Amino acid sequence: MGKRSRHIESVTEVVPALEDALAGPVEAAIAEHRDRPGALLPILHAVQDALGHVPEGAVAPIAAALNMTRADVHGVVSFYHHYRSAPPGAHLVQVCRAEACQSMGARALEAHARARLGLAAGAHHSADGRFTLEPVYCLGNCALSPAMLLDGQLHGRVTPGRFDALLATCETTEEHAA
Amino acid sequence: MSITVYVPGDAAAVSVGADAVAAAITREAQARGLDVRVVRNGSRGLLWLEPLVEVATPQGRVAYAPVGEGDIAGLFQAGWLEGGAHALRLGDITQHPYFRDQRRVSFARVGVIDPVDVDDYAAHGGWAGLKRALALEPAKVVETVTASGLRGRGGAAFPTGIKWQTVHDAHALQKYIVCNADEGDSGTFSDRMLMEGDPLCLVEGMTIAGLAVGATQGYIYLRSEYPHAWRTLNAAIAQAYAAGWLGADIAGSGRRFDLEVRLGAGAYICGEETSLLESLEGKRGQVRFKPPLPALKGLFGKPTVINNVITFSAVPAILADGAPAYHDYGTGRSRGTLPLQLAGNIAHGGLVEVPFGLTLRQVLYDYGGGSASGRPIRAVQVGGPLGAYLPESLFDTPLDYEAFAKVGGMLGHGGIVVFDDTVDMLEQARYAMEFCAIESCGKCTPCRIGSTRGVEVIDRFATHGAVQEALLRDLCQTMLHGSLCALGGLTPYPVLSALDHFPEDFDRVRQSDAA
Repeated sequence: MGKRSRHIESVTEVVPALEDALAGPVEAAIAEHRDRPGALLPILHAVQDALGHVPEGAVAPIAAALNMTRADVHGVVSFYHHYRSAPPGAHLVQVCRAEACQSMGARALEAHARARLGLAAGAHHSADGRFTLEPVYCLGNCALSPAMLLDGQLHGRVTPGRFDALLATCETTEEHAA
Repeated sequence: MSITVYVPGDAAAVSVGADAVAAAITREAQARGLDVRVVRNGSRGLLWLEPLVEVATPQGRVAYAPVGEGDIAGLFQAGWLEGGAHALRLGDITQHPYFRDQRRVSFARVGVIDPVDVDDYAAHGGWAGLKRALALEPAKVVETVTASGLRGRGGAAFPTGIKWQTVHDAHALQKYIVCNADEGDSGTFSDRMLMEGDPLCLVEGMTIAGLAVGATQGYIYLRSEYPHAWRTLNAAIAQAYAAGWLGADIAGSGRRFDLEVRLGAGAYICGEETSLLESLEGKRGQVRFKPPLPALKGLFGKPTVINNVITFSAVPAILADGAPAYHDYGTGRSRGTLPLQLAGNIAHGGLVEVPFGLTLRQVLYDYGGGSASGRPIRAVQVGGPLGAYLPESLFDTPLDYEAFAKVGGMLGHGGIVVFDDTVDMLEQARYAMEFCAIESCGKCTPCRIGSTRGVEVIDRFATHGAVQEALLRDLCQTMLHGSLCALGGLTPYPVLSALDHFPEDFDRVRQSDAA
């Protein structure tokens, strides 16, 4: 065997491992859902619900449990917009970008949100790690557009002013928690 | 005796403060020592008036709207529990001009009942269709659905009875019923409203389908953007199991049907039926080649009925009242009712369930009340992000599948998104291509590459208009005829309709050629 194939061997042996702190929830998700038909999505949902994201290290144990390759599992995680590979900020802002919201100023709202959260063009996380902004395509609140989710709560008719007010509420909650 | 107050738990109502209103009513009632029971019903569909609160008085339900948290003390002061006069009092909401002339079949109970109460459901005509189906031969159930003229409400409008017949006739030990609840089209929310307002109607419709074709397992594939619907569906299914309407012995008949909700993960393509099946099987949601049809080789390779939420929810009424009662509604080959969804820049956005055949103009102005901004309506997109943009000259098109196809449009799921005269149609055409590029599953080249090139070509309109138009039209033809599924195949609709009906928005940049 030449030098090249040894090189590939050493690369494929690097399997991202799961940090101890994250292993519990991943094992629990596998144990709970592995026997269901089509178990992969339910497992990934359970992992993300518990950890806020699907860590790279979760791929190997999930693949082993479902008798799939790591490539298959990675392919699924990366295919779906819902799954994140890194933890989100303390607060998650999801602004709708679809047509009904566009007709009521969603583009301006998203621009306002970016400026208010201090996000650089193309960035999803604020520098202080407190906020994550994600686009979504339709929240089913099209008659009361523009719409957004803030930490999973749906809000309708969101003007820039209302956006600021909602953000202020979540800052107050943070202070209470501190 | 306690007085019942209905505060919608529908996500749209909650998005404008219904939870806070419900809490304030409970607080105020306690402070006054009054026995008030708050029921979180679905929405009546007058979404611009949400939160719309109804009080059950001896004279019937009296509506007040829109109710803010700050209005509650005043409403109690005005004696609203007895239907007292108040600036927000609307009276009997079913007599409201928006509601009065609707024909609610699928939405008959939405906004009326407690969505997760099996007895309330039964008291309002629920389970009658299922009981009838249990008394019939499966073939007779399929025949009834065929005779009703029901076509799939997901967009493609395929006759439901024919689909069911195929699965009924297929031989297999296991068959499946799958509900496509991946309502990802902008401007559509009827599935969500039904699942939140009358989930048991969907449960009943799917159970009837199971009995009709010999399937014992059903899945509802729900999009992850609908957390409210997820909670309501699961609560309703648990109640249905507890009351014996689901499980090994449906209503004591000895027949079985199990039902489970599965959550999608934010992929628009999973609204396409074969991608949805792949996703349910735990894979990437990539489109399958057809044939084989899902009716013969569907979920896990077994014969599968796959319909959308509104299609299944029309079934209980068809069984209960008979096929002719449903077939009598509508026009031409579009039979029954269609729940229209008025959205975007519209004064009175909401849900309107009417028989097929009203014109778009009637819906926009008689129901919708014109634009929300007060400016002229310039463009209307019907049928979701893959539907055509229609100019004012086509507003007299009747709402039926064939009439829309004739003007190069698509009625689809009945979503209507309104834009006023500030809209930039080049920007909308660009968005359609961009959306397709983001959401393409990647399996076929015309969709995967064509949509990306489409964005680039539109971006070049600013400098080389006339040449780019020829390129864009050519590209659209390739996508139209060469794509594997409707995503790539229909994206040209919004693009070409923008170009055909609103050339001035493209001309504006084309003029730069001369300069």
